[in-house]
Amino acid sequence: MTGAPLIEVRDLRIDLDYGSRRVAAAEGVSFRIDRGETFGLVGESGCGKSITALALIGLLRPPLSIGGGVIRFEGQEVQHLSAARQRELRGNRIAMIFQEPMTALNPVSPVGRQIAEMFVLHKGKGWREANKLAVEALASVRVPAPERRVHDYPHQLSGGMRQRVMIAIALACGPDLLIADEPTTALDVTVQAEIIELMRNLCAERGTAILMISHDLGLVANVCRRVAVMYAGRIVEERGSADIFRAPSHPYTQGLVASLPRLGSRAALGRSRLKEIAGVVPAITNFPDGCRFNPRCAQATEICRTIVPETDRLDAGGLVRCHHHA
Amino acid sequence: MKLRANLVIGGALFALAILVGLLAPWLAHTDPVMDANLMNAEEPPSWTWWFGTDDQGRDIYSRVVYGAQVSLTVGIVSQLINSVIGVALGLSAGYFGGWWDDVVNALTNLMLAIPSLIFALAIMAVLGPGLTSLLIALGLTNWSFTCRIARASALSLRSQGYVQAATVLGYGDLRIMITQLLPNMLGPIIVIGTLGMGSAVLSEAALSFLGLGVRPPFPSWGSMLSEAREQITTAPWLSVFPGLAIFLTVLGLNLLGDGLRDILDPQSRSRRT
Amino acid sequence: MLSFLFRRLLQTIPTVLAVVALVFVLFSVAPGSIVSSMSDDSDPQVELRMKQQLGLDQPVYARFGAYIAKLATGDFGTSFRTREPVTTMIAKRIWPTLQLVFAAMALAVVIGVPLGFVAALKPGGIVDTLAMVVAVSGLSIAKFWLGLVLMYFFALKLGWLPSFGYGDGGLKYLILPAVTLGVSPMALFARTTRAAVLEIMTADFVRTARSKGMSETRVVKWHVMRNALVIILTTVGLQFGALMGQAVVVEKLFSWPGIGSLLVDSVLQRDIPAVQGSILVVVLAFLAINLLIDLLYGVIDPRIRYA
Repeated sequence: MTGAPLIEVRDLRIDLDYGSRRVAAAEGVSFRIDRGETFGLVGESGCGKSITALALIGLLRPPLSIGGGVIRFEGQEVQHLSAARQRELRGNRIAMIFQEPMTALNPVSPVGRQIAEMFVLHKGKGWREANKLAVEALASVRVPAPERRVHDYPHQLSGGMRQRVMIAIALACGPDLLIADEPTTALDVTVQAEIIELMRNLCAERGTAILMISHDLGLVANVCRRVAVMYAGRIVEERGSADIFRAPSHPYTQGLVASLPRLGSRAALGRSRLKEIAGVVPAITNFPDGCRFNPRCAQATEICRTIVPETDRLDAGGLVRCHHHA
Repeated sequence: MKLRANLVIGGALFALAILVGLLAPWLAHTDPVMDANLMNAEEPPSWTWWFGTDDQGRDIYSRVVYGAQVSLTVGIVSQLINSVIGVALGLSAGYFGGWWDDVVNALTNLMLAIPSLIFALAIMAVLGPGLTSLLIALGLTNWSFTCRIARASALSLRSQGYVQAATVLGYGDLRIMITQLLPNMLGPIIVIGTLGMGSAVLSEAALSFLGLGVRPPFPSWGSMLSEAREQITTAPWLSVFPGLAIFLTVLGLNLLGDGLRDILDPQSRSRRT
Repeated sequence: MLSFLFRRLLQTIPTVLAVVALVFVLFSVAPGSIVSSMSDDSDPQVELRMKQQLGLDQPVYARFGAYIAKLATGDFGTSFRTREPVTTMIAKRIWPTLQLVFAAMALAVVIGVPLGFVAALKPGGIVDTLAMVVAVSGLSIAKFWLGLVLMYFFALKLGWLPSFGYGDGGLKYLILPAVTLGVSPMALFARTTRAAVLEIMTADFVRTARSKGMSETRVVKWHVMRNALVIILTTVGLQFGALMGQAVVVEKLFSWPGIGSLLVDSVLQRDIPAVQGSILVVVLAFLAINLLIDLLYGVIDPRIRYA
């Protein structure tokens, strides 16, 4: 552990208002990311990884809200900052790219303008200068002929090009943290690798930390130094990327790893989707008592059905939330 | 489900209007046509004459009460005609496709090109004033929106499994359309119909105001306003109550339509008429 | 762009022809002789001569052919009443109607659209509730009643504005009719805008905009507005037709010398050529305006290209 972390999440709970009820869509979520580090958050859809990311950048909207816990960015509690101070962080220090490059860009605004906005918002530039910087930003994500491309509208670009534009927007102000929520899921396989490489290289050059969110353990482990696995709103295991493949500790992680084609093989790098483990993820409104994985777990015993497991520190390094972990 | 304010208020206003229309003979103080008495001409509202009297001494309150009959009959019946035409054309066009679809599309575009009030006016000009003419004129000129919704809905439903299953089972086209397709598009159709009734009430009033509606002396809110205009300086109360009656009735229908939309057609937030 | 315009013009021709046919058929099959309804003396000799004069003794299809041929040269026929060419009568009245309709439309857009935006910024808030109550009321009010009420207060009681007529064509004559006509489209635009904005606010690109650290005001100004305009424009285009229809009532109420009042007067006096001509001109104007709106789409929405 090297000094103060860049961002620290402790015991975060995210509430979902469901009719007249309020349920926790995620709870007990804790992790930290250091400067320039790469951290992955993995899980099936609905496990709470995306809303955790939205909570970090302050974009939860009703019916979702932060129900408890602390998010510290450079030691400051983000939730208690004024709306204006939060906006100064957002985009400028913490940036985000989204899954769907088709819909994540405004269809009726030229892409150059959508990049230039960042310089106007955070760097106090006028539009003229911001537009010039937008051309440079587009060049930095290796878009050919950027001085012409800035005038294009999103529908004139391919999916890969659009995601490059998203990266250009996200990295425009040189953020300290880039949150990438399934950045390549919607793209062709061949384009996926290019985009991942680009994102990783640019962030490494600039010392930008990455929080990568994906359902794809192989992809995340390839990009990130540490990985946390989420299941039904809780982090069940957090390990170094190599360790998680070598000796997964939580039965759910074991299932995930087993469902990958071959550890570390090329096929695992950003290609295969997670295969389903027997059973389905429980609905948010219907989480089981005790360990939430117990209905699908072969090793489950009576204690798993009644008592929520605590997060334990593993001797080999890393954290796990299981009554029966090795 | 939360009880929506617009549903309750709208439903109450509409129910009130219907009750007034049905109970007009008991609610009215005088006969709306016969009880003219120049001795009472142009009385302002009072305990005797709740809404005042007109230049012929007729009781405005009684005339407004009877006027509900015309407005609501025209509003409800003409919109029913529109809904039936719109659903029949749109449903069959979407279901059969082909040349029939093209014909219906052309008809719909034609209807959209002629402002509906002007179309209704032209029909009234041909048929002459009267209740039946009103029902026809307004019933034939406002179905294009219903038709479009029905067509779009039939198109999307046609390809769905259960409709195809019905075809395989040897159900006739008509039976499939009525038993399989119609129930699934009823929500938006009812919403459009409710809002359409409101605009039919307004159109009836407009046509009557122009002298092309119900023949005087039988009271209609529109024709009462037309007469009231002449006396706006001497007897402004003549203008107040029929206009208020139209407003409250149409407001009721619009609120009811909005409320029903929230329940029956929740995904169409931007599809406003 | 030019080829698009040309193609769109071509597309409107069948519609125009259909309207012409409809208007013609409607009045050719009108029950009762038109001529007998207009002359009090029932001298058969006179009636026959008039029928010949007006070409009414010909079979229907021949009259339709002749009608089309004359229309093509811009001749709408001769008024039964005034014996004036209908084209001249309409020409005199088209400008006041356009003035009225555009003024009402401008008013409706300038007030209705911002109202919808403001309402959508805090859905369920006081401003929203108030705006939507006003809007649903505006949609529910009978135009001529609103006109009467406005006339009573602003013209008769306060004496600020003339109560009716075109006067010298000055602005003060236009205000009351335009407000009367503009209230319901204003209400409609407020509702449409609000619904459009609320829908767009849930779009992914709005989330992206927020992730950039934009204030909600900027999100709306930079990203929501233009997208909403595409939806609003559609409503505006359709509303032009409705306004031209409703202008009839407003023109009649305020004795405004437009096509609408010409139409009503002609209908009441069974002046068929004038009725046919007025309806056709209204439809043509409506189609022309919608053509312009289609061109505007391309300006607002880059996804539409006139290839």
